[in-house]
Amino acid sequence: MLHLFAPGSEQKVAQDSNSSQSAPGGISLKVEGVSKVFPGHSGAVEALRPVDVDIAAGEFICLLGPSGCGKSTLLSIIAGLESASGGKVLADGKVVRGAGTDRVLLFQEAALFPWLDVQRNVEFGLRQAGIRAKERADIARRFIEIVHLKGFERSYAHQLSGGMRQRVAIARALAINPAILLMDEPFGALDALTRDRLHAELESIWTTTRKTVVFVTHNVREAVALGDRVLVFSPRPGRIIADFRVDLPRPRSLEDHQLVSLSSEIMTVLRDAMGTQEQEGIHGKSN
Amino acid sequence: MARAISDAPVKRERIGHPALTTWIRRIVFYALLLIAWQLFANTGIIPTYNLPGPADVVASLGNLFQSGQLLPAIGATMMRLAIGYAISLAIGLVLGLLIGCFRIVEETVGSLVLGLQALPSVCWLPLGILWFGLSDQAIIFVVAMGAIFSITLGVNEGIKNTPPVYLKAARNLGARGLALAAQVILPAALPAIFSGLKQGWTFAWRSLMAGELIYFTRSLGNLLQQGRDNLDPAQVMAVMVVIIAISVIIENVVFGPIERRMRERRGLGSQRS
Repeated sequence: MLHLFAPGSEQKVAQDSNSSQSAPGGISLKVEGVSKVFPGHSGAVEALRPVDVDIAAGEFICLLGPSGCGKSTLLSIIAGLESASGGKVLADGKVVRGAGTDRVLLFQEAALFPWLDVQRNVEFGLRQAGIRAKERADIARRFIEIVHLKGFERSYAHQLSGGMRQRVAIARALAINPAILLMDEPFGALDALTRDRLHAELESIWTTTRKTVVFVTHNVREAVALGDRVLVFSPRPGRIIADFRVDLPRPRSLEDHQLVSLSSEIMTVLRDAMGTQEQEGIHGKSN
Repeated sequence: MARAISDAPVKRERIGHPALTTWIRRIVFYALLLIAWQLFANTGIIPTYNLPGPADVVASLGNLFQSGQLLPAIGATMMRLAIGYAISLAIGLVLGLLIGCFRIVEETVGSLVLGLQALPSVCWLPLGILWFGLSDQAIIFVVAMGAIFSITLGVNEGIKNTPPVYLKAARNLGARGLALAAQVILPAALPAIFSGLKQGWTFAWRSLMAGELIYFTRSLGNLLQQGRDNLDPAQVMAVMVVIIAISVIIENVVFGPIERRMRERRGLGSQRS
């Protein structure tokens, strides 16, 4: 419902997000043959082999792979912040062109605007949508509460810890009620305890809102703990080499033995892929 | 709030009032300097018609004030500064935005601005006099030319150094076009823009003084010149003191607080010790 976000529908959006916690859920996402080639000094660099992904509405997908495998690039392409060299992305069956407020990307570095306080950061997207000051203040306050930052409305980014900044970023994204949350290693720079807490919060937000989540990480356990599915990427040029379905009950414990054994299974697949890559490299050199 | 965080309580306990002790040291230093100057002037090693003592300078300052020359001169000078600076502000901001936003403008006009920035602004004075005659306009022209390019480059630099992640986040949250420029690019660029404005002001102030020394009209520069003509170094020094005072006041009353507030809010820390 919300992906139909269009100029003039602000009122409706505001009402939707005001009405209840059972806001409209996620939408489906389809990646068809998306590839990316970066032009470089020493010839073009292939970042992403043509990738196909099918994500159901409300699904929590983790993209797992080593650094530089192109998973972040894929996320940027889905967000519409970067163009693909080939293929297309369909959100709810419609081809994605450019950035849209139905798909919001969260960055590793939170990317809060340092000249705005927490309240205004969270209001930012609502302001762009033309929602009136009073209304957007109410909405922002509600989402600040959801991420447990009540009392920090007037704080600036530099006064917050890394975990708090990430919470603000989540509130800022949720405030405009996107159908899809795209998360690019958002907890990568946080300590383990903070990360665990944010996992739990993210999971509970996802459970109540049923938004589609695409979560990029290089942490196998994080992927297994959060995802309905874990898509494993090969090293550059990235392509999907495995698709694991995680049927463990939620909330999941990182110590759960099933989770641990699935993690090590995925780890083996990753290691094999890295090994093959190295052999290819050696082989290539000897030629 | 930011202030409370940056001022470590430990430091405060140990030193007491750091700001106060700094001021005491400063006042003692200036008092000693004035006394040394006065004593040296009293020895007569350099005749007083070359080096007057501080007492003479203060007396001269009093005369200038009482004769009704000083305040109108300050007023006229500040007026020229304000007009010239306002012109350079308007042109510099627009030019900087254009250079920062459009590659073609940067490649062409940008290189020209860099070249013109290298030109000492007093060099515009002959051209200003040719174009506008020996008049207020010529001086204002020089003041404006002195500041425009610093401001332009400051704005451009601010835009260039905007972290791309802010732009991505903003676009992703639905910011487009003018809103993106006004709500994201401009505030992100503000610290760099501000240092351009500050540098622009010092250039404007310098070229204004140079212009006023040449063009005889009611002005601080003219009071300096008049002191020279009357072989009155006390008046020259008195006017110099006034000029320094104006610079210090503008820097500390206009630019200082704005900059401090901006830096504190963003957690950039204070540049001043």
